[in-house]
Amino acid sequence: MLNSPLLAFWAVLRRDLVLAYRHRGELANPMLFFLMIVSLYPLGISPEPDILRIIAPGVVWIAALLAALFSLENLFRNDFQDGTLEQLLLSPHPLAVLILAKVLAHWLVSGLPMLLLAPLLGLLLDLPAAGQWALIETLALGTPLLSLIGAIGTALTVGLQRGGVLLTLLVMPLYIPVLIFATNAVTAATVGMPISGQLYFLASLLALALTLVPIALAAAVRISLS
Amino acid sequence: MWAFLHKLASPKHFYRITGAWIPWLGAATAALLIAGLYLGLWIAPTDYQQGDSYRIIFVHVPAAWMSLFIYVFMAVAGGIGLIWNIKMADIMAAGSAPIGASFTFLALATGSIWGKPMWGTWWVWDARLTSELILLFLYLGYIALQAAIEDPRIAARAGAILAIVGSVNIPIIHYSVEWWNTLHQGPTVTRFDKPAMHISMLWPLLLMALAFQLYFFTVLLLRARSELLWRERRSRWVQELFGNSDKPNLSKSQEATP
Repeated sequence: MLNSPLLAFWAVLRRDLVLAYRHRGELANPMLFFLMIVSLYPLGISPEPDILRIIAPGVVWIAALLAALFSLENLFRNDFQDGTLEQLLLSPHPLAVLILAKVLAHWLVSGLPMLLLAPLLGLLLDLPAAGQWALIETLALGTPLLSLIGAIGTALTVGLQRGGVLLTLLVMPLYIPVLIFATNAVTAATVGMPISGQLYFLASLLALALTLVPIALAAAVRISLS
Repeated sequence: MWAFLHKLASPKHFYRITGAWIPWLGAATAALLIAGLYLGLWIAPTDYQQGDSYRIIFVHVPAAWMSLFIYVFMAVAGGIGLIWNIKMADIMAAGSAPIGASFTFLALATGSIWGKPMWGTWWVWDARLTSELILLFLYLGYIALQAAIEDPRIAARAGAILAIVGSVNIPIIHYSVEWWNTLHQGPTVTRFDKPAMHISMLWPLLLMALAFQLYFFTVLLLRARSELLWRERRSRWVQELFGNSDKPNLSKSQEATP
């Protein structure tokens, strides 16, 4: 029984992934949303490749932020409504571990596909190869951060009637450092500058979030269920 | 000391003790404000570079300091409420948010008024301005969360989590925007060596900072006291204080319902 929290982690992760797989239609929605926002920019601003290349990092990243928020809204909602969240709370395993599994599942079904779409978007927005790589690297480090930080806002608003707009208000300011470092890295890469500084920064933010956010998340879930 | 703090944590004694403080705090705030404004607007010399328009610093910089101080205060009070379940800490945290948001707004507004003659533009996406704007968003998010949750107990706990997470994020935001883009002048007061400001300008600034600090505590206590009366309106000490004025209303509403 020594490794039982780990087993519980896997069980929750598997359950959430199976649930996501059973709702394949919904699974695609955040991705379509992501693609659509990105494709609105050339229509709304300019189809000129020169301009697109300049705005590409920001466009992709803002779309990623919005898509993450969009998909986060339902992270706890169903579990809250059918009582699963309460059962997780009652389980003998640490709540932080179980919830981290849910966040990981959320990233696997929403963050990872964004990462896979990134080369296509880079192509559409005419990013040079160096920028492409930077985009993939920043998304790899940044999207887990979006899931982790956003989950706090979701946990705090899960019991409320109109949580959606409020969630945006709570989470967007917390996303700003990720946005700044990520877009900065992609922009620097497109002009051939080194980006390891920004990547290290994103990585250290991720390490910080991975260690601290589960504690805040467990507390937030407890408050929302009280 | 501990006994006094314990007494202060109980609503009834808090109401009584702070009631005696408020006139003194208010008077001290007014005195410092008048002294600071007089020294700043009339006595302090004209700046050789910026002329008289630099004088807005006496409002702008203390407001910016307060905006940060109040956020930290809110997070600490929220944490105390979360850990030790002290009702007064919850009330303090919730009560300080709108004051903090107003100071943040004041800092942004005076900064933009100062920026127009100095930089020739009302707003630039400069590091300090941007991080102050994000701080305003953090305050507004906190206030919105408090307003969205009915139960004051749960609202206080949820707000405390948000404030603590936000306070972890503030230095990160600050440095991230600092490295991102910067135009704002460097710090003039909080340097480790000698302040770069002349003493005749520094004095009014510090007086104003102290005045703002006292103003914050005065208003916070006023807010906390009225919030306390509302939350404790059914308790005996409030009823005794106001001569049972709640009773007739209660019976009237009971008559109204069939």
